[in-house]
Amino acid sequence: MAGSNPNAKPMNLTLKVWRQPNRQAQGQIVEYHVKDISPDMSFLEMLDVLNEDLLHAGQDPVAFDHDCREGICGSCDLFINGRSHGPEKGTTTCQLHMRKFSDGDTITIEPWRANAFPVNKDLSVDRSAFDRIIQAGGYVSVNTGGAPDGNEIPIPKEIADRAFEAATCIGCGACVAACKNASAMLFVSAKVSQLALLPQGNVERKTRVENMVAQMDKEGFGACTNIGSCAAECPVGISLENIAILNREFLAAKATSNNLA
Amino acid sequence: MLLDSKIPEGPLAEKWDKHKFNVKLVNPANKRKYDVIVVGTGLAGGAAAASLAELGYNVKAFTYHDSPRRAHSIAAQGGINAAKNYQNDGDSVFRLFYDTIKGGDYRAREANVYRLAQVSVNIIDQCVAQGVPFAREYGGLLANRSFGGAQVSRTFYARGQTGQQLLLGAYSALSRQIAYGKVKMYTRSEMLDVVIVDGQARGIVTRNLVNGEIETHAAHAVVLATGGYGNVFYLSTNAKYCNVTAAWRAHKKGAFFANPCFTQIHPTCIPVSGDYQSKLTLMSESLRNDGRVWVPKTVEMAERVRKGQIKPQDIAEDDRDYFLERKYPAFGNLVPRDVASRNAKMMCDENRGVGSTGLAVYLDFSDIIKRTGAEAVSQKYGNLFDMYAKITDENPYEMPMRIYPAVHYTMGGLWVDYNLQTTVPGLYATGECNFSDHGANRLGASALMQGLADGYFVIPYTIGDYLANTPPKPVDTNHPAFAESKAYVQARTEQLLGIKGNRTPDEFHKALGHIMWEYCGMARTAEGLKHAKAEIQRLRKEFWSDVKVVGTGEEMNQALEKAGRVADFLELGELMVDDAYNRNESCGGHFREEYQTPEGEALRDDENYAYVAAWEYQGDNQPEKLNKEELVFENVKLTQRSYK
Amino acid sequence: MSWITKTLTSSIGRKIIMAVTGLFLCTFLVVHLIGNLQLFKHDQGAAFNTYSHFMGTNPIIRTIEWGLVLGFGFHIFEALVLTRRNKTARGAQGYVSNHSEQNSEWTSRNMGILGSIILIFLLVHLYNFFWRARFAGDLPKMGGADPLTSDYDNLYMAVVSSFHIWWYVLLYVAAQISLGYHLWHGFRSGFQTLGLNHRKYTPLIKYVGYVFAVVVSAGFASMPLYFFLFTNAQGEMAANAPAILQTVASAF
Repeated sequence: MAGSNPNAKPMNLTLKVWRQPNRQAQGQIVEYHVKDISPDMSFLEMLDVLNEDLLHAGQDPVAFDHDCREGICGSCDLFINGRSHGPEKGTTTCQLHMRKFSDGDTITIEPWRANAFPVNKDLSVDRSAFDRIIQAGGYVSVNTGGAPDGNEIPIPKEIADRAFEAATCIGCGACVAACKNASAMLFVSAKVSQLALLPQGNVERKTRVENMVAQMDKEGFGACTNIGSCAAECPVGISLENIAILNREFLAAKATSNNLA
Repeated sequence: MLLDSKIPEGPLAEKWDKHKFNVKLVNPANKRKYDVIVVGTGLAGGAAAASLAELGYNVKAFTYHDSPRRAHSIAAQGGINAAKNYQNDGDSVFRLFYDTIKGGDYRAREANVYRLAQVSVNIIDQCVAQGVPFAREYGGLLANRSFGGAQVSRTFYARGQTGQQLLLGAYSALSRQIAYGKVKMYTRSEMLDVVIVDGQARGIVTRNLVNGEIETHAAHAVVLATGGYGNVFYLSTNAKYCNVTAAWRAHKKGAFFANPCFTQIHPTCIPVSGDYQSKLTLMSESLRNDGRVWVPKTVEMAERVRKGQIKPQDIAEDDRDYFLERKYPAFGNLVPRDVASRNAKMMCDENRGVGSTGLAVYLDFSDIIKRTGAEAVSQKYGNLFDMYAKITDENPYEMPMRIYPAVHYTMGGLWVDYNLQTTVPGLYATGECNFSDHGANRLGASALMQGLADGYFVIPYTIGDYLANTPPKPVDTNHPAFAESKAYVQARTEQLLGIKGNRTPDEFHKALGHIMWEYCGMARTAEGLKHAKAEIQRLRKEFWSDVKVVGTGEEMNQALEKAGRVADFLELGELMVDDAYNRNESCGGHFREEYQTPEGEALRDDENYAYVAAWEYQGDNQPEKLNKEELVFENVKLTQRSYK
Repeated sequence: MSWITKTLTSSIGRKIIMAVTGLFLCTFLVVHLIGNLQLFKHDQGAAFNTYSHFMGTNPIIRTIEWGLVLGFGFHIFEALVLTRRNKTARGAQGYVSNHSEQNSEWTSRNMGILGSIILIFLLVHLYNFFWRARFAGDLPKMGGADPLTSDYDNLYMAVVSSFHIWWYVLLYVAAQISLGYHLWHGFRSGFQTLGLNHRKYTPLIKYVGYVFAVVVSAGFASMPLYFFLFTNAQGEMAANAPAILQTVASAF
């Protein structure tokens, strides 16, 4: 079957892939060659080809995280040619297509690098630090049942839209991976902003930002130095404005909350 | 075995309220003495785990993902239905119930569907309270859009990412309970068996996907929320990890599997582009609100399009066939999914399909772009258009999208009674994992509704009824049944690793998917199904002698994971074929070519097939036993569905 | 730890200290630059020396001076702490291939290097002028007829002679280029860290920052260049100086 671009020629590529058997082991870059890669393939489909080749050759396939392959679950997490999710802006690895590469290219593929994201195996990393940050306060404390009617509190469309834009974070970790400081501020700020903007989040506004920032620091992420790599590499376009909101929320909470600890 | 659906007595509208009053309660102080296992943390599982923990139960939640936020619920684009009637357009609980029953082609249980419609309104309130940023009107109130199979606007949405926002809502509720210590979360843990002690579900066996450790976990009840099995077709809109393993192992331990052949083929997916294709991407059904579906009127014109001699935007209005609008003037492009899919297939069968493969129809936005401007269209569908452009390298603002049906959802699943309990006491199934609410076809924006209804508002009540009858004694994994299950799982892992054959799990999976799509897909025939059954049996045999997995079980081994899942699909596939063969009628997503009206619509046989086919496992390589739950319709009249 | 120390030692707290001290130091740069413009006055340094005498003796200025010391001290200390922390956050194994130039500005990523160059300059600069004026006391006196100013340090001549040493001028200019780049990022970064981000004003802050960076660094760099290129050992403008400079100087 032909693809959407019948004139596209198949490509041969050299891959330099980080291989590491498990968390404790030393890793290294290993070179592989893949042939007849269609430009219409997604990047992960190209890796599928590599893995099928490896398996046929009796070698261990490359472990990598992926799931929905439509850019929303946030599972895929490859550092491709020195960039989070590769060269295309606003794109997850699974939505990156091989037409962005050329025949004969050498592609370096590494896992996210951060102390807080240890490598499980090869290209798969442990991002549970993100979950723990959310557990520290990234929610509205409402139990199931007893919620007032959804239309009880009108929310200006503009506010709802801004909250939505912050809420679209997929938790992939590209921001941490791209940041020189391995800072998780963009991730944290997206959740803090979303809930700070909405009236529902207002009740726990102060404790939320205090606890989430404390957890972020505890996990060992770096501090933001406003470089902007995170927002530039974010596949869903979370804006740096959120980090300013986080800073502001943090400062205001620390200055005015009753929390002496 | 007699299937007791435990539908409460009384008028439809009062059943759930009465039932909630009649179920036994667990005293608040006793709740902490009960442990509940929830497998899967998507909408249904995440919501259930959070809500049960809020009530005071000790919950252990499991997911094979690295985080509960990644479940495939996240990919649902269009929206969630609720009978709020905010639009003043005549919606009501009964209308949502009626639309769902009718949309499901009268193969769903009335009482369940009515309850679903009732609690739908609470779901929206709950999600808003959690901080889910639904779309709003300028006045600050919630916005709605319309969806297939309904003539009212009742779908709540968050741009094209409704599933994501709802899942993150459930995830946040779950995270809160994890922080409180009421939920113990096990990530990257795949359930590989249910443990039955004295006829009751008492735990599970899991494999830690990072270090390969086989673990046993005990509880007073087990809730499966492990999603659907659409990946049996290999290519589907499901995420790559979606699988039937948890449900299938439960099935082998005594849970009946209901209506496995009821698969939904979604009409608007991006067509297959090559053999390497690993999955299909859905374009939300909401696009059919504004997009118009068409193919060239003549085969000759279609031929020229396929060869690239003429661009679709250059085809004159008169030379286009807007076949859905033509055939179904009342619903037009918004006919239910099964109808839209089948018609697209018919067009392609008539050789009027487009794209280089001829397996696509157009979804055209030029009218709405002309009417409201590209900016307004981008506001509504921006992310979907971007996604389409990324995948196909074509700009949908300039030329129509090419779409084709793809496997999307499975209405079938573990049989459950009104309490969502399977045929194994103490074992529950929620969300897409069960069969209960969608009959033979699910309406758009109803999956999110059902998952959350089950998780937030049904299981917290119904599981209490079971637990109240279970002594609050601590449970542990010392019973020999746990060791037995663990040994079974270990042996199977060893077996897969020991074959050392020549074909990869993916190759088997693709082969199975091909059989399923050809013979048990959009159109089925008795002959084709017979052929498919033999093919699957042959393939399964080959699998167990020729599959190739390297490495060990004591490490992260994704090929091993895949092999285990494919092995289960190979068994499920045969059951689906059996079920499709057994059902000598067409209904919803199940279209048997032998049974159609003169106009080519699905022809039901209510006399003989108004039942749920619940299959009972009889042992390896034994034919499964069919049990029937008769469907009784007291509140709707069974008619030939008409969307004309 | 009390809530205050906890706040100030958190990642955001430390960044806020960076921002506050950084923006404070920006105000110092403005004052310093305006004062130093008196070097260009054609009066053998009379105005400049009077100004520096005032700055060195006025009690209010001397008090603010301590603020400046603390400002620099905290800015540098927090920079060191944060750099260490941020290096650790990446982990032992860095990237084999990292193309951050494709997603961010060089200056933003190299504030530490830029700051270090500025720090080296600052030490030399302080030793040369501040230390000698305040503590060593080995600067020549102004002399002259006016009894009020005759025993003021002739800092002007110290400046002129320093600015005739080629490597000194080079260090100065290099440091000012670093300062320019440091401010290019630092100015707007300070506002961002303090949470002062608004879609109306942030673009404005950004461009004000760019102008600020260029004006301040060019202003400071112009002094050594002027003396080195266009004046004699007494600081008098050479005859070969471009006409424009003559015009500007006479306007002072």
